[in-house]
Amino acid sequence: MSAEFDQKIHTTLADANLQLAIYTATGRLKEKRVESVAPEVLPDYQDLRTQANALKKHAIENLDYYLEQFERNVVAHGGKVVYCKDATEVSDFVLSLAKDRGAKLIVKSKSMTTEEVDLNERLEHHGLESVETDLGEYILQLAHEKPYHIVAPALHKTRYDVAEIFSRRLNVPNEIVIEKQTAIARSVLREKFLAADIGISGANFLVADSGAVVIVENEGNARLTTSAPRIHIAVAGIEKVIPRAQDLATFLKLLARSATGQLLSVYTSFLSGPRRPGEVDGPDEFYVVLVDNGRTKLLPDRSKRQSLYCIRCGACLNTCPVYRKIGGHSFPWVYSGPIGAIITPQFMGVAHEPSLPFASSLCGACGEVCPVKIDIPKVLLELRSDVKKSETREGQNRWEKLAFQIFAWLMTHPRLYELAGRMGAGLGPTGTGDGGWIRSVPPPWNVAPLAAWLSQRDLPPPPTKSFREMWRQR
Amino acid sequence: MSRDNILHSVRTAVGRSVGQPVADPPPVRLQIPEVEMESRIATMLMRIDALAGRGMRTADPREAVREAIAGKTAVASNSSYLTQCGITSLAGVRTGFQDRNELRDACAMADVGITSADYVLADTGSLVMIASPQEARLISLLPPAHIAVVPRERILTGLDELFTVVPNPATVTSSMVLITGPSRTADIEQILVRGVHGPGQLTVIVV
Repeated sequence: MSAEFDQKIHTTLADANLQLAIYTATGRLKEKRVESVAPEVLPDYQDLRTQANALKKHAIENLDYYLEQFERNVVAHGGKVVYCKDATEVSDFVLSLAKDRGAKLIVKSKSMTTEEVDLNERLEHHGLESVETDLGEYILQLAHEKPYHIVAPALHKTRYDVAEIFSRRLNVPNEIVIEKQTAIARSVLREKFLAADIGISGANFLVADSGAVVIVENEGNARLTTSAPRIHIAVAGIEKVIPRAQDLATFLKLLARSATGQLLSVYTSFLSGPRRPGEVDGPDEFYVVLVDNGRTKLLPDRSKRQSLYCIRCGACLNTCPVYRKIGGHSFPWVYSGPIGAIITPQFMGVAHEPSLPFASSLCGACGEVCPVKIDIPKVLLELRSDVKKSETREGQNRWEKLAFQIFAWLMTHPRLYELAGRMGAGLGPTGTGDGGWIRSVPPPWNVAPLAAWLSQRDLPPPPTKSFREMWRQR
Repeated sequence: MSRDNILHSVRTAVGRSVGQPVADPPPVRLQIPEVEMESRIATMLMRIDALAGRGMRTADPREAVREAIAGKTAVASNSSYLTQCGITSLAGVRTGFQDRNELRDACAMADVGITSADYVLADTGSLVMIASPQEARLISLLPPAHIAVVPRERILTGLDELFTVVPNPATVTSSMVLITGPSRTADIEQILVRGVHGPGQLTVIVV
């Protein structure tokens, strides 16, 4: 485990307020999800998941076809599609368009893809003002932080943190009433919306047969971002494409329920091209930026490519016992929780944080709640295997290999195995806790790996008789 | 050229060639339940109420809107249905905007935005707003209160019926928006606050 990962985890675990905030917020989202997909409310929930999974599988397996179809339809409705391989290409495109149109102010609605490519930082570096307009994202932008959670980005901030951030950055009086804090953000951002030259949004879905971008949100900031400025740029990962508008009936029923337990989010926008003749408002220019940024690296593996089915609902984070303890900022990249643990190693390479696929109890809860049925535990195991293979190549795990060779040899020699078992029971540590449970180990056994393992776990007392002995005496 | 490189990488990875046709996608899954109109209206009003919106049915929409906007300024959309109901001629209501900037400034100042809606989804209590010369986007978005006046025959059972009636919204509009309750956020300490960027008050009047 890298020192940074280790240190962030310990900092989070030691912060009692943060622990409470994470546990309460994820707990609430989790409960609401359960209520909204209960059989009496949504009897065909499992069928919808199966359908969503089949649609995503089909779209990913024929991704080039649906991307080209999407592109043709965007163009047919007067928009443009720009493919970008990485962060530099995305910011270069936005910068050149802004320069060409004389744009200075950009309003942004929530987009994990733009977080991936650090778009705000890049635009601001070149003298453009780029303002996040989702309340949580706005707070984080003012605090110079990354989202803590895919759906609830400022989950870790209290009203007191927000009061401090607003008074310091916006020069407003210290205000700790949440309704008033929201009103402050509304009035500051309202001015930005009305003055902005360009609106940049994300996309929850790209609809191939329509050339449409679908955006789901609760606040109305994405609607403002895509309606008020003259130019709308949607930035989306290439994996977001689905075949038909009619498939939205399936996905929309699952997305809001899985994310927040709502039947539908407050605003679902289906946007296809610039405003048409006669329409009084809406953008004059419409661009869709399709981002690779490592996604094509996930495609060749037939099993692991299912990681690209993700619709970013965050349900796996809320249900994950690991996320609920270590929080979002312990994870090495913008995506956290179980989905982060499977996509980060594939985007960045397993060597980036080799312990990430191991930071899971494999309890399976993430796979059970996933609305598109990504088998996250299976992909975690496959990534663990990749990590081990890469280590073998670099000759880093000789001791582990030796230990397993000895173990395998013992397992294939029954008499030796039995002897070793008796030796282990006689010579090994004995319990000190209630009922003989082993809570810690005395010397000479307290060497690093065993001591670390036992720091979080207890062992039952060694049995007086082995199973083999009992079998013989039966 | 990133376009060709990306498409090439995708094809290589999934094992397809240029222009290769695709197998049929999984069949569309749309199931429309049989629900009586009275029951649709009841469900819809219940859903809107649960979302902290205000739902009402009336035979006299002009009077209902007049009461709701008494003493306030309002911007009404160019919907012929609103004109037909006599709502656009109410005192304090501005309408007929054709210029983008004028509309935007009027919406930014108004207390109430009045629109019709193309459909209403009963099982979620959602308004379906299809942008057109009759319905601009900002009227249901910038003012702090939104009133939608809808004739009852536009009430559909839900999403499945909507995507059956409008299988591909892009053929009719550049923007179709579903509005399900007032604008809300829970970004600070999970405390629900309404009216963060869009209208905090939503009234749906079924005629």
